[in-house]
Amino acid sequence: MELVINEIKRTSSATPEASLLSVLRDEFDLTGTKYGCGEGQCGACTVLIDGKAVRSCRTTIGSLQGKVVTTIEGLEKNGRLHPVQEAYLQADVFQCGYCASGMVMSTVALLKNNASPTEEQIKSFMNGNMCRCGTYPFILKAIQEAATKV
Amino acid sequence: MEPKEKMLAHSAPESEFVTKGVNGINRRRFFKLLGSGLAVILVLDDTLSLATPNKKGVAIGKVPEDQIGAWLHIGENNIITVFTGKVEVGQNIRTSLAQIVAEELMVPVTAIKMIMGDTDLVPFDAGTFGSRSTPAMGSKLRKTALTAREALLDLAAQAFKKEKNSLKIADGKITDPLTRKSFSYGQLTKGEQLIQTIKDEGLGHPVEQWKIAGTSVPKVNGRDFLTGKHKYVSDHTLPGMLYGKILRPPAFGATLTAVDLSGARAINGVVAVHEENFVGVAAPDLPTAIKAIAAIKAQWQTTDQPSRADIFSYLKKNASEGNNSRNSGTIKGDIKVGLASANKTLQQTYQIDYIAHAPMEPRAALAKWEKGKLTVWTGTQRPFGVQSDLAREFNLKEEQVRVIMPDTGSAYGGKHSGEAALEAARLAKVAQKTVKLTWTREEEFTWAYFRPAGVIEVSSGVKNDGTITAWEFHNYNAGPSGIQTPYAVANQHIQYHPVNSPLKQGSYRGLASTANIFVQESQINDLAQLLDQDPLAFRLKNLKEPRLRNVFEAAAASFGWGKSKPAKDHGFGIGGGTEKGGFTATCAEVAIDRSTGVVKVIRVATAFECGAIINPRHLDNQILGAVVQGLGGALFEAIHFENGKIINPKFAQYRVPRFKDMPAIQIIQLNRQDLPSAGAGEAPIVGIAPAIRNAIADATGLRLTTLPLAPQGLLAYLK
Repeated sequence: MELVINEIKRTSSATPEASLLSVLRDEFDLTGTKYGCGEGQCGACTVLIDGKAVRSCRTTIGSLQGKVVTTIEGLEKNGRLHPVQEAYLQADVFQCGYCASGMVMSTVALLKNNASPTEEQIKSFMNGNMCRCGTYPFILKAIQEAATKV
Repeated sequence: MEPKEKMLAHSAPESEFVTKGVNGINRRRFFKLLGSGLAVILVLDDTLSLATPNKKGVAIGKVPEDQIGAWLHIGENNIITVFTGKVEVGQNIRTSLAQIVAEELMVPVTAIKMIMGDTDLVPFDAGTFGSRSTPAMGSKLRKTALTAREALLDLAAQAFKKEKNSLKIADGKITDPLTRKSFSYGQLTKGEQLIQTIKDEGLGHPVEQWKIAGTSVPKVNGRDFLTGKHKYVSDHTLPGMLYGKILRPPAFGATLTAVDLSGARAINGVVAVHEENFVGVAAPDLPTAIKAIAAIKAQWQTTDQPSRADIFSYLKKNASEGNNSRNSGTIKGDIKVGLASANKTLQQTYQIDYIAHAPMEPRAALAKWEKGKLTVWTGTQRPFGVQSDLAREFNLKEEQVRVIMPDTGSAYGGKHSGEAALEAARLAKVAQKTVKLTWTREEEFTWAYFRPAGVIEVSSGVKNDGTITAWEFHNYNAGPSGIQTPYAVANQHIQYHPVNSPLKQGSYRGLASTANIFVQESQINDLAQLLDQDPLAFRLKNLKEPRLRNVFEAAAASFGWGKSKPAKDHGFGIGGGTEKGGFTATCAEVAIDRSTGVVKVIRVATAFECGAIINPRHLDNQILGAVVQGLGGALFEAIHFENGKIINPKFAQYRVPRFKDMPAIQIIQLNRQDLPSAGAGEAPIVGIAPAIRNAIADATGLRLTTLPLAPQGLLAYLK
């Protein structure tokens, strides 16, 4: 099965029912996308599919024909971080960082559709991304900062 | 008692290290890895029969391994490598320990390389818990760095033929200001074989003059966490490795009575393992491993187990007197006299649920056997503990086991153990291939361990003037941390009663102080209410400890304690305490919707004081993280279990705080530069639950006595 991931065509030998998360991690070694729950509840596995934030643990690769997948590894261009990554880096919000990839990908998707979200819109959109270290208020600030840069 | 520390500076010939090894394997690897240079080894106890220090050297070989507290190496390439058994689980200790070393060696943080939690490379360490990394390891590394600095100055003085104190030290160089000639640390240590003992009398830079410590240095390798480059254990792969999967029993305490592995073994590439109650498989990929587990036929015998519905009566019924346990009890004065002399008395019983740490990265391990040596990569707060568990399990010497702990996806006290490492090692041993095992979220919720549940009974009395006369406090199973009252009470009877818990229980952020201080601060609040006194004023009347008074006053001032509430059905609450050398108080405002019973936490102010602050930005993160985690335990977290099964082992069923649950949170750091730095990861969790509970009491008059407080809302209580 052919997949377009981070602008590169790749062929997966997994069955169409295989989850995108397992294919990314175990077949293509794109381990920036994390397993957190496998039930679409925590957001650690968030990737972009055609620019929209999607939980890769609940996405089968069979559903991806003709679609474009972007993972955390695909945001940096020529050694330059995406403005959302840069905003998080400057804000220095993360503790264990396990949720970071998912937070960044959700933020990219959020700001793509809404360049200047309100605080309530950010909370609502990001509610599916868990940070057990609990730095939500600082993440929120980083998102507001990113909104000024994207 | 902390062992007395003594410094030794060493740059011994490699041959000596190899032959006389403090810790043969470790030291050999250490020098092989780093080359010659200056090594500073911190020895914990100066009462040892170390050879008499002299100019030529000491017999380092006589120092037992467990007496080495830390070491540091400065190579010819100017790289400063610090070795510590502490581990990074998101508390950003990698950054703050590097800051402490950089401060004393007067180099940028980027010049420091921290080697952490690798049992082959670092000196023994009991583990990363109890908020000890900053006060204990921080001070050890400070002394180690100071010793290195002095040794470098000695070398430079010799090289320049100048007095030591005439030289300038900055940016990893020592300069003679007269000639403007300078040597880098690497140049100074090149070819040198310095052996010297140094007394433990070096003074670090005065806190007021800190340039690197005390500043918000960003997270070391922070960029790698934002690009997906950082490899957590569960991200690691090794050539030819297999994926492991374990057959889990249907309930706790189940015994395997029959098993048929033929279905699994019929699948190409699958290795199936059965040893007593342990059944698992290793397969070339995870889907195959899952299929193989499903193909195993097993019969289990289960036994009746307590359920959540009867847990509190179970704990009470099965409690021991607890007189033998450490730090578990206080008897002062006479409770009967205290209660008799009170104008008002109050007895309440509190119930605390089991809760889960739910780290974002579930347990994971890779295990590799090679020439009789076992190497595991796993996320644990106790690499040496896991090393010793593995050595015992497989009948190996400890040096035949290497545990490596890459920076891990959080722990919160929940990763003191090495279950996944043990399981992966068992599979790998039979499969004769490297095995990687990652627990599922359900496994993490079920087969890890929990913060203890508990019953706490308090009987207390007050005089009309606000004097607390009696404080009887019995804690069943919740644990002894934070059980002592900071309030001045003449008549006290405090006792922790251990219970053989039906669920596996263990450490947690702040340990039992999350339960004990919740109860203490709830009861204190209600005593103040009985007297119609302001809860803050009542506390201050009975509190002597100035550091605790300070945080209560600071939180109250920032919060606007005593100001009028913005609307009807809003309440203010306060709570705080001291734990692990940190002092904290939290004020909270809640709003109650009487038609739905929903409690909304509107805003929170938390003041925290832990001595001299090493990294203000990261301290903010730790305080905030503790408050948010405490919010979950206060409002909705609880493990539901029935007859040996966890019935909410998913994030859809076990609710943790999310963006929408966030109140406005204000953090007040009190920087006491005159006091030694204490840890900060735990103590700030203790104020939030009682503050919310007391705010609910303020708004409604309800005295809630459970944690979580009211996960279904207040409707049932308000009617």
